[in-house]
Amino acid sequence: VIFRRVLIANRGEIAVRVIRTCRQLGIETVLAASEADLHSVPARLADRTLCIGPPAPAASYLNAEAIVAAAISAGAQAIHPGYGFLSENAVLARRCREANVVFIGPTEEQLVAVGDKLEARRHAIAAGLPVVPGGPVSSAGEARRRAEEIGWPILIKAVGGGGGRGMKQVHDPSQLAETIELAMAEANTAFGDARVYVERFVTSGRHVEVQLLGDGHTIIHLGDRDCSIQRRYQKLIEEAPAPHLSPALRARMHAAAVAFGQHLSYRGAGTVEFLVDTAREEFYFLEMNARIQVEHPVTEAITGVDLVAEQIAIAEGQPLRLAQKRVAFSGHAIECRINAEDYAKDFRPSPGTVTEAIFPAGPGIRVDTHIEPGSRVPPFYDSMIAKIIAHGADRAACLGVLKGALANCHIAGVHTNIGMHAAIVEESSFRRGGVDTSYFARVAAAASG
Amino acid sequence: MNLTNEDVQEILRILDASSFDELQLSTERFKLTLRRSAAGGWTQETRTLAAPGTPVTAVSSTAEDSAAARAVKTVTTNSSISPSTSSLLPAAAASGETPGATVAGLIDVNPPLIGTFYRAPNPGAAPFVEIGSRVGKHTVIGIIETMKLMNSVYAGAEGEIVEILAVNGQLVEQGHVLMRLRPHP
Repeated sequence: VIFRRVLIANRGEIAVRVIRTCRQLGIETVLAASEADLHSVPARLADRTLCIGPPAPAASYLNAEAIVAAAISAGAQAIHPGYGFLSENAVLARRCREANVVFIGPTEEQLVAVGDKLEARRHAIAAGLPVVPGGPVSSAGEARRRAEEIGWPILIKAVGGGGGRGMKQVHDPSQLAETIELAMAEANTAFGDARVYVERFVTSGRHVEVQLLGDGHTIIHLGDRDCSIQRRYQKLIEEAPAPHLSPALRARMHAAAVAFGQHLSYRGAGTVEFLVDTAREEFYFLEMNARIQVEHPVTEAITGVDLVAEQIAIAEGQPLRLAQKRVAFSGHAIECRINAEDYAKDFRPSPGTVTEAIFPAGPGIRVDTHIEPGSRVPPFYDSMIAKIIAHGADRAACLGVLKGALANCHIAGVHTNIGMHAAIVEESSFRRGGVDTSYFARVAAAASG
Repeated sequence: MNLTNEDVQEILRILDASSFDELQLSTERFKLTLRRSAAGGWTQETRTLAAPGTPVTAVSSTAEDSAAARAVKTVTTNSSISPSTSSLLPAAAASGETPGATVAGLIDVNPPLIGTFYRAPNPGAAPFVEIGSRVGKHTVIGIIETMKLMNSVYAGAEGEIVEILAVNGQLVEQGHVLMRLRPHP
């Protein structure tokens, strides 16, 4: 099949991003938007916008029925789910199949295999990947036995979770019983699945992930990204390639990610996340994200590949258009996530109306956003309003471009974290590169203390 | 179902007789903002949220129509517009008034920021407080969800909850009165 019309079941910058590629490919776009987004930039850019419900995500962007009905009524042959919302939801994929609409993403089986984090762990082990010591637990007693086996501290994770949500650290054995109970209750509320598992909590590690593309038969990688700059498990800055990895370790990680994709006969764009212990030259499988990711532009910057275009080609049933040996890497790229939040006031969310939106432009600078003067930043969705991506011949050049880009970015009407990014870009350990996931909490504490 | 110009005129007549400078009315189908302008008179800003008759609106029309009908009914059954009507927000910040005791002897509880108001910690759980609940300054009376983050709403004063004005799941803004409490001396 060749898609003539694609429905985009998402909002914000990723909706704009998908519309851009569709236009280049000559594909008509239909945006499925909530009432809060009917006058948004993507709604204006799309060839047509359909309202799928009230602002609350549960009534609109998480409503698979309304989304599939919108695709049918608009005559769209495929649905691009973006990231977040229903992008990794097997029910949406099934509804699409039943309605004879193509879901631009992996198969239902693959979504289930990686969506259930314990199932994903089993597949990783079967594919020969190292995993963090741990396993499922259903009671505090069982958790205690596991913890004694794997060593303290431990991390409790929700089986139905992911994206950093539903994780709890336990450092003190006396806190275990109550934390397990709390974690199970929260997992049930957040994911409708009370099951949890425990892993050894690796106190000092880096978060490095490998981008995959697969057509169900052939799997290739598009290199790695370092996403260690995180606040409460939410990524803030990502870069490609991951700095200061030994060539041997990097090659092993790429091979492991491809092996995991091959084990699943993976179809589409996906990312295998690893926890890296650089001191020991070891890495562990964390999870797979079966969707396009927020940070995909850094990979696009260093490979020149349009990942959304590849997603669409794969969904159309074409074999991979790229051979592994044709994937070339050039330079270094860093992305800063601009959020509508007041970082000086404990990162308090800052919804509102944007009065001024001036974005940087120039060589090596890419801005992915859905914001313009007058745009409303609604309180119903997450706080990311733009991504600033800088690309340079090497990391030092990239940092120079990024510094200039941040200095030329002005947003008024809502608070943003632009100033925080500008400070990190000047910070010495970040400039050296290769910091671990505890970095952000450390510098934030130092800045406020 | 949409607001007519006559409706707006009628609301303006009532507002003219009031001390409020701004009114924001939100339903499933439209949003209306009326502002008293500096030069006297009012400005109007209307946004139609869902175009009637679009195919997808029809998909979930039953629920939406009844919700919109309820919202409109709230307005029409209250002959005088008072701050206690759940969808009307007195714009205290805009007029420079502090959102304090709008009813003599009672303390208003306002949300810390704009967001969706929840009365209970999770769906199906008992509400944090009911009318008659005794609260302290740091008693949690509800949750505001803003941009996927949950923020506790504290009573802010010691006393007894005497009015609960905000509805579970409702979008509330900073000047909005969620509850009122009678302070203890």
